Amino acid sequence: MQFMLLFSRQGKLRLQKWYVPLSDKEKKKITRELVQTVLARKPKMCSFLEWRDLKIVYKRYASLYFCCAIEDQDNELITLEIIHRYVELLDKYFGSVCELDIIFNFEKAYFILDEFLLGGEAQETSKKNVLKAIEQADLLQEVRMTCCEQWGEI
Amino acid sequence: MAPSSVKLQELIRLIRTAKTQAEERAIIQKECADIRSSFREEDPSFRCRNVAKLLYMHMLGYPAHFGQMECLKLIASPRFSDKRVGYLGAMLLLDERQDASLLITNSIKNDMNHNSQYVQGLALCTLGCMGSSEMCRDLATEVERLLKTSNSYIKKKAALSAVHVVRKVPELIELYIPAAESLLGGKNHGVLHSAVVLITEMCVRNPEATCKFKKVVPELVQIMKNLIMSGYSPEHNVGGISDPFLQVQMLCLMRILGQNDDEVSEAMNDILAQVATNTDTSKNAGNAILYETVLTIMDIRSESGLRVLAVNILGRFLLNSDKNIRYIAMTSLLKMVQTDHNAVQRHRGTIVDCLKDTDASVKRRALDLTFALINGHNIRSMIKELLQFLDHCPAELRSDCASGIFLAAEKYAPSKRWHIDTILRVLTTAGSYVRDETVPNLIQLITNTSELYAYTVHKLYQAVLADISQQPLVQVAAWCIGEYGEFLLSGTCEEEKTVKVTEDDMLDVLEMILQSHMSSPATRGYALTSLMKLSTRISDNVDRIRKIVSIYGSCIDVELQQRAIEYNTLFKKYDHMRVAVLERMPVIEKNSQVCSDKSTKVLNDENKPFSLSKPNQTEVKIQNAANQQTVDLLDLIGISDPSSTPVVQNNQEKMVGGELLDLLGGINFGAIPSITAYNKNGLTVEFFFEKVGNNELSIQLKAKNATAKDMKEFILQAAVPKNIQIHLQAPSGSVLPALCSGCVSQTILISNPNKVSLKMRLRLSYSIEGSTVQDICEVNNFPPQTWQ
Repeated sequence: MQFMLLFSRQGKLRLQKWYVPLSDKEKKKITRELVQTVLARKPKMCSFLEWRDLKIVYKRYASLYFCCAIEDQDNELITLEIIHRYVELLDKYFGSVCELDIIFNFEKAYFILDEFLLGGEAQETSKKNVLKAIEQADLLQEVRMTCCEQWGEI
Repeated sequence: MAPSSVKLQELIRLIRTAKTQAEERAIIQKECADIRSSFREEDPSFRCRNVAKLLYMHMLGYPAHFGQMECLKLIASPRFSDKRVGYLGAMLLLDERQDASLLITNSIKNDMNHNSQYVQGLALCTLGCMGSSEMCRDLATEVERLLKTSNSYIKKKAALSAVHVVRKVPELIELYIPAAESLLGGKNHGVLHSAVVLITEMCVRNPEATCKFKKVVPELVQIMKNLIMSGYSPEHNVGGISDPFLQVQMLCLMRILGQNDDEVSEAMNDILAQVATNTDTSKNAGNAILYETVLTIMDIRSESGLRVLAVNILGRFLLNSDKNIRYIAMTSLLKMVQTDHNAVQRHRGTIVDCLKDTDASVKRRALDLTFALINGHNIRSMIKELLQFLDHCPAELRSDCASGIFLAAEKYAPSKRWHIDTILRVLTTAGSYVRDETVPNLIQLITNTSELYAYTVHKLYQAVLADISQQPLVQVAAWCIGEYGEFLLSGTCEEEKTVKVTEDDMLDVLEMILQSHMSSPATRGYALTSLMKLSTRISDNVDRIRKIVSIYGSCIDVELQQRAIEYNTLFKKYDHMRVAVLERMPVIEKNSQVCSDKSTKVLNDENKPFSLSKPNQTEVKIQNAANQQTVDLLDLIGISDPSSTPVVQNNQEKMVGGELLDLLGGINFGAIPSITAYNKNGLTVEFFFEKVGNNELSIQLKAKNATAKDMKEFILQAAVPKNIQIHLQAPSGSVLPALCSGCVSQTILISNPNKVSLKMRLRLSYSIEGSTVQDICEVNNFPPQTWQ
């Protein structure tokens, strides 16, 4: 996977994970164009499209579009499963996740993604294991914090 | 005492209350200022929160580079929450192009050895996401060490970091081979998956690695077997399927290892067949596995039974209610239509049905596939389906569909009558989407079908009566009416009621085309020339034609004006030649037609696919041998000599835009034959002579450019022997458009009272593709009449 973008129906970016080195300017340009392209798609159209030399796999969950850019040799159908798995993880973590959860806890959304994918590939195929790891890491954060109360939390 | 600082969620709430962009900007600017001063004070208490806020604002599109160094400090902090946010910031704000990224190498190295696996995980994740080649080189051995740890949480992350290292620094592949092999022995799915990804990456980048890893094939096969056979494992289950992610990844690796290797492919046969037949297709996860299986089967040296199985899976996919599956099937079938043509042919019916699919991408691919499957046997039924499709197809596909039908018809037409019918049908259905090059091509086809002149012209006439908006149709129709008008008059037509067409009717139609605002300039040119041709084929209304022609003598359109004036002249001064000039055109010979698809290799002619994905590559050139030679004209007066017509054909050269060249341009107006004064590098200059008085000679020169690029700044200078006076008038222009689509003409007046033998030296200069070309030549082949 080259990158993953989450954006709202109004085109506001909610999460961006880039697995290829690009300048800020390039990232902005790609984001703008791709968001426009995907938002222009009609609901009946299929989830795959060809854009520049990449394959784009996208799926809409409630008010959020999950959009991945994969390479020519990658499997589009399994990418759909990856997107779905990520949504399931968010759902389990936040309890019936909605866009607001991702807006106000964006850093947590990133942490979860980073426990599921690494370098653009799935690192853990068990839902249970990913959630367990996040849980433990969160605990680690808490523990350290209660010990040092003069430090501000996020 | 820690300064009061807005919490992250509070800031987000605040920003969201902004009603305008300006308001939002103000909030953010204030917050950034606060954060900056907090950074300056080096206060560690709120650094984590501040960087988090900065990351949020960065996502909104605001600059956050001043936070980069703070990320470094957070990473170096002992607090886990600091590290978490610090590494996140590094991944979001730093990329390998920045120098700051190098500074975290040391922190990453230290954290990779941290006693908390979660800290180790953060470090590995960051390296695997944004590590530069330098960083990767520095940390490669650390990663390799972690590959051998017993902690599966770390092992899997190390494996994927290694993938990134290998991508950045392929020379390091050797380093990871031993460790990677041993990773396959474990039971942990996360580790297995990462290991397979790592091995795949190494094999893709290094064929030597592929050789080394072929020996793990039996192990892979065993793992697959276990996955499929083992009982329900809730942890890795997706829709009833065991770990589809791992299955797909392994199938991908098998593909790489089995390519071009009979032995290895043989070893995989059974498991591939098993997966292909036993995987549940009701859910997307199952279909993802089947899809990967199909790709693998097609790419390795699998036996034919397996290949048929794969194509059948795709055939079933085509019937799936999920449009994503149909799209995947179409794309895959398109890739294999040449290599496994017969297998794909078996699904022709389903593919053609997909032309009616609701999804536009599926439709487009169905169209491409349909054209690829046309052959001599199924041409009639396929074209029938395609014509039906053309009736309702979306606008963006019409042009490709029309071209495809023409190409297929040309290749496999079972009869000429069918061919012309098909073309007429396309012209009437989607005439305005047909490409311009098609018009000359069609005209050439029609001239070659002499037995159907009457039929063709009748049908075209009817079509044009109904609708004159589609330019290619109108152009072809106008041309035919001009050429074969007499068939319309005589009313002979094989079948259907023969409609009696009068001379007035024909002239009405042509005049309507001329005057309609829907007609393009090219179309009007066709109409005018056709009118002129009819002047020799009809008997009663020649005056009407004469009138029309003279009116257009003052038309604003230069091309029409020129034609009209020349036709007028034909009426007035050269009426005796009119019949000969406007005689029926001979059959235009076809040279070779180019159906190009640069990316495909042709196995045999029958399987040659029609590529529609690059429409501009298809070109049809009509060439005639006569075009290339200079033709010395015989005296045309009073002779209807077949050898005179090659010059007229000369003007039928196809050009982009389909305009006919000046019909009379090549004909000499007097008794003196024309010569080619210069012919080199695609530039030809012809001289046409006219004696004016006893000692005066007027030379009309026409320069043409047959190359593919325009010639600009064309200048011609001429010098003659002493005792001859020369006067060059201003040329018509200085640009010679490519492919003879236009010309530059110039008049040279020669005064030669001493009747000295005429010789001339020409100096030509022009620029083509940015470089200037200059040439000097002698013209010695003036006909004696020019000076005697």
